[in-house]
Amino acid sequence: MNKMEKATRSSGLLGWIDERFPLTELWEQHVSKYYAPKNFNFWYFFGSLALLVLVIQIVSGIFLTMNYKPAGDLAFDSVEYIMRDVEWGWLIRYIHSTGASAFFVVVYLHMFRGVMYGSYKSPRELIWIFGMLIYLVLMAEAFMGYLLPWGQMSYWGAQVIISLFGALPGIGEDLALWIRGDYNVSEVTLNRFFALHVIALPLVLVFLVIAHLMALHEVGSNNPDGVDIKKHKDESGVPLDGIPFHPYYTVKDIFGVGVFLIVFSLVVFFAPEFGGMFLEAPNFEPANPLKTPDHIAPVWYFTPFYAILRAVPNKLGGVLAMGAAIAVLFVLPWLDRGKVKSIRYRGLGYKIALTLFVIAFILLGYLGLQQPTPVKTLLAQIGTATYFGFFIFLWLYTFFGWEKTKPVPERVTFK
Amino acid sequence: MKKFFLALLIAMVPVAGFAAGPTGPLMDPRVDPNDKASLQRGAKYFVNYCLGCHSAQYQRYNRLAADLDLPEDLVEQYLILTDAQIGDTMETAMDPVDAERWFGVAPPDLTLTTRLRGADWVYTYLNSFYVDPSKASGWNNTLFPDVAMPHVLWTLQGTPEPAYEEHNGEIAIAGIQVEEGSGLLNQAEYQAVTRDITNFMAYIAEPIKADRQSLGIKVIAFLLVFTILAYLLKKEYWKDVH
Repeated sequence: MNKMEKATRSSGLLGWIDERFPLTELWEQHVSKYYAPKNFNFWYFFGSLALLVLVIQIVSGIFLTMNYKPAGDLAFDSVEYIMRDVEWGWLIRYIHSTGASAFFVVVYLHMFRGVMYGSYKSPRELIWIFGMLIYLVLMAEAFMGYLLPWGQMSYWGAQVIISLFGALPGIGEDLALWIRGDYNVSEVTLNRFFALHVIALPLVLVFLVIAHLMALHEVGSNNPDGVDIKKHKDESGVPLDGIPFHPYYTVKDIFGVGVFLIVFSLVVFFAPEFGGMFLEAPNFEPANPLKTPDHIAPVWYFTPFYAILRAVPNKLGGVLAMGAAIAVLFVLPWLDRGKVKSIRYRGLGYKIALTLFVIAFILLGYLGLQQPTPVKTLLAQIGTATYFGFFIFLWLYTFFGWEKTKPVPERVTFK
Repeated sequence: MKKFFLALLIAMVPVAGFAAGPTGPLMDPRVDPNDKASLQRGAKYFVNYCLGCHSAQYQRYNRLAADLDLPEDLVEQYLILTDAQIGDTMETAMDPVDAERWFGVAPPDLTLTTRLRGADWVYTYLNSFYVDPSKASGWNNTLFPDVAMPHVLWTLQGTPEPAYEEHNGEIAIAGIQVEEGSGLLNQAEYQAVTRDITNFMAYIAEPIKADRQSLGIKVIAFLLVFTILAYLLKKEYWKDVH
């Protein structure tokens, strides 16, 4: 925005503020005069929903910390105290535990949208990188939060995941020891995870979300057609296919929030354990370092990567494969050399590859929850090969120009 | 809009499909947190037969009184068999050190057992004891082999004997059979008692469950109205987008 046109009010309270703080300017730049493409579809609800879930988690988390006690002999009891004796504590706790899973549901769909419509491509690479960092921090946040109820699965899940760092050559064991602060997961680990979960990581998360949004508003939103709406502007510089975020998308997102909250409430009020997926049964037994549960599985949102870890017979190889599965997503903008953004105009090969990738991801997620058997391990290996195969294929397909794309329209398609 | 809901469904269904089921055939106790009569009977059986050795360390007596529509003085008179006050939690009078010496293992706290193992597991467990003279307690259990706990409810059920079955040349215990008249109750009555105990244990595992569900209906009713209004508002605003 041109400095000459800087939006200010000259009178009233708002005028007084605007002379001292760019309130109106910020509001217009990011909301009321932020022009978003008018052809957003279903998949574009999940960005604002992710923001909503972040707020839900922070607010419910604040209330939980008022009654939670991060001590080895008190943590489990304090959670039950919240569930029973704290006014509305059960609701706050179920909102927070359901919110953790909802966060990943929403984020996975949001990421899938980005892949489907090529939203990671130039000039949006940094939006994607910030998004991936958010995802990474979110995984750490969820992992550390899961230790806090101090149940059997909390304890042994943390034990297993931290021990994975021990597989790294040379520094591994020392690194695992440094993370735990003890030779086993103990109260020391619980205390530091509490600190990181409640202060450090949420702070980083909020800053990354701000960076994600600033980068988005700098270059503008992509859309299901993957065309640049800034190429066609009217005489006042407004994109012809753009509409102000407020009121059009605020009012649309409020509807999305309504639908989301209905689904969210169905879980919170009628299935808070979600069949053992959101709250695992073994976690209703206090952590016992001397008693290993029969079957240790991470929560569902980690299981695709857990399945990749187990698919590789060698422990170090598994850890590296798991790390690579996440790392490869970071470089996606540079692996995909295709000029066409949206799946609507991309080649058949891309559509098939993406479909297989999604099937492999869901299959791996399922397998990660199961006890390994020879057949399931084989399936996990096929899933892992498909997962990485997608990225290799995508590079070959676009680098060597094998992709036969359809013509991309000049303007967005609407209705 | 249709596509929207369809996509939403598709997004939820595969997740729900992963829900883990019980391992092995378990009996269904038809737990119902709104069946107050069953919960009241369950409370009576629980304090008489279970609380002697097991605690329910997170469950308060006065919470139980309020939730099961029982006057506090009746709870004090009939359900508090220890020196506990009405605001206390349900602790067993047995010293855990003694318990470990007598049974080899301290009886676990029962507050969360149905959330840990499932109500169907508890119900099946209470119906799976049989006479086994080779055990120190004289009892064994088909669901939990070599369990340290004796069959506390045997005066009610009687003396169940193991029923053997040959399977691939090996003889294994297939179930239990009870001789009618060996206990105070017949089989149906005994199952009803264990169902009440299970129902009560499911209640103490999550005392808020009944209220949670009834509140949920109101919340969702509100959200439906809110969402419809939000949709109409959206439609109104979007009229001028072409």
